[in-house]
Amino acid sequence: MITPEQRAEFRKHFRYNVGRRLVLDKIVKGIVFACVMIAIIPLIAILVNVFSNGAGALTWEFLTTVPGAVGSDDPGGIGPAIQGTIVIIGLSSLMGVPIGVMGGIFLSEYGNNRYGRTIRFLNDVMAEFPTIVIGVFVFVLVVLTIGDFSMWAGSFALSIVMLPIVMRTTEESLKLVPVTYREAGYALGIRRWRVIMTIVLSGAKNGLITGILLSVARIAGETAPLVFTILGSSQFISGLSGPIDALPLRIWRLSSLPYDSAVTQGWGGAFILIIMVLSINIGVRYIFLRNKEKTFIKFRKQGRMS
Amino acid sequence: MMETATKVPIKVNFTEDIKYKLVAENISASYDGIVTVKNVSMKFRDRAVTALIGPSGCGKTTFLRCLNRMHELTKNATLTGKVLLDGEDLYSNKVDPIINRRKIGMVFQKPNPFPTMSIYDNVACGLRLNGVKDKKILDEVVEGCLKMASLWNEVKGDLKKPGMSLSGGQQQRLCIARALAIQPEVLLMDEPASALDPIATQKIEEMIQELKKEYTIIIVTHNMQQATRVSDYTGFMYLGDLVEFGETKQIFENPRNEITAKYVQGQFG
Repeated sequence: MITPEQRAEFRKHFRYNVGRRLVLDKIVKGIVFACVMIAIIPLIAILVNVFSNGAGALTWEFLTTVPGAVGSDDPGGIGPAIQGTIVIIGLSSLMGVPIGVMGGIFLSEYGNNRYGRTIRFLNDVMAEFPTIVIGVFVFVLVVLTIGDFSMWAGSFALSIVMLPIVMRTTEESLKLVPVTYREAGYALGIRRWRVIMTIVLSGAKNGLITGILLSVARIAGETAPLVFTILGSSQFISGLSGPIDALPLRIWRLSSLPYDSAVTQGWGGAFILIIMVLSINIGVRYIFLRNKEKTFIKFRKQGRMS
Repeated sequence: MMETATKVPIKVNFTEDIKYKLVAENISASYDGIVTVKNVSMKFRDRAVTALIGPSGCGKTTFLRCLNRMHELTKNATLTGKVLLDGEDLYSNKVDPIINRRKIGMVFQKPNPFPTMSIYDNVACGLRLNGVKDKKILDEVVEGCLKMASLWNEVKGDLKKPGMSLSGGQQQRLCIARALAIQPEVLLMDEPASALDPIATQKIEEMIQELKKEYTIIIVTHNMQQATRVSDYTGFMYLGDLVEFGETKQIFENPRNEITAKYVQGQFG
């Protein structure tokens, strides 16, 4: 037992300098806000810079027409690049997301053993691969085998880029679902895979979608693997094989041309790419997390009323 | 130290139709190398409430989880012994644990309604995921089970609301309704009222009395008053052993074992 004398002695050791602690509290708060501002400055600077440099190029023709001949008066547009980027993001997600999510489920639910640890390690290594290496790999594996650049090769390369990201974020968000919900499911006599597919996955929805969107944003801006797999083109997609265009490639090509109009178009393309990634992000969040947002808004309204 | 009494009550006012719904034989269980249940045998009567009491860490919960094969889902768990449901061993290789978990419902210590589901879906989910699609049957079951869990009057207006929007006591009754929805024959309750206020506790105890007419109920509790109020039989566990098992009245008023006497008098625990 602690005697009253001991207790008085213990109390003497507490700090009572409230004034100093309040100041310290304010200082820490100030540092946190300052760091956030510093982090936001480059973001805003990039957006302003990209928009002010590229605004001159933004017209309807720019978005819809094929690029003009190099050095000619007709500057043309980036239509094929926008089309190519949309198609490639779609195809890579179609390949990368299901496999990545399933892999994440394996790591989280069945991966608590030697196999799981090995795969987790390899997956982390893969996430750190330079993407140009993946480009060369797919070039050798797919492009040389088939004999032509194609959207399939490009999508395959990008799905390899997104796979480890989706897998790891899926695993982490599934692990956050408390074991009590799984047990409640098992206790109802529901089979394990159904418990995972319904109860666990829906509980992890938020983290899952954030992970997928992060990976989509990542591949939308990849250039290196595309050079080796889709090559780039100035025509709209005409078939399943053959080179196609994508925004990062087009931006890279335009910005390295010695003409002012081409450089402006490069900035314009960059702006469009940013807007595309942003709208995919907002759109997907709206579709899948809409109900949650609604309850959140309702909750806030109720909070204000009381 | 002491002899593990595993006999059923000696008092002989049982009639001929005495029936044991669930029989546990020589259950020993451990996890992470720690033996938490040591060779426990117990028989549970049909349409009666059996309470398991004992100090923290005595193996009550582990034993309960052995009864519906939940224990084997714990990491590094081992188990020996037999559990007979209507004479059929749950642990024999021929039996699918899933089918038996449908016959043995479980309510956990902390309310755990599925966070992404509405009140309705929480109750209906056990049926839906086990293949019931008929909307009419689902409606009937949801209403019936919420009534049995005495929650219906409080939620009938907003079944679409998320289950998490309810208060703690309501959430626990929702979990009971969810467990009842799969039409079990045995109901295991792991300290169902430990996180609840006295009024919610009382409601759950009244409900147990009501459910007793149809179910075999096994309840783990820390609260000895609760055990005397709701149960017909009581088992006292200590350090993984079943020390004494008998009619609740006998255990509390006339315990045969010294340790049981000390525990029910509140001298330790």
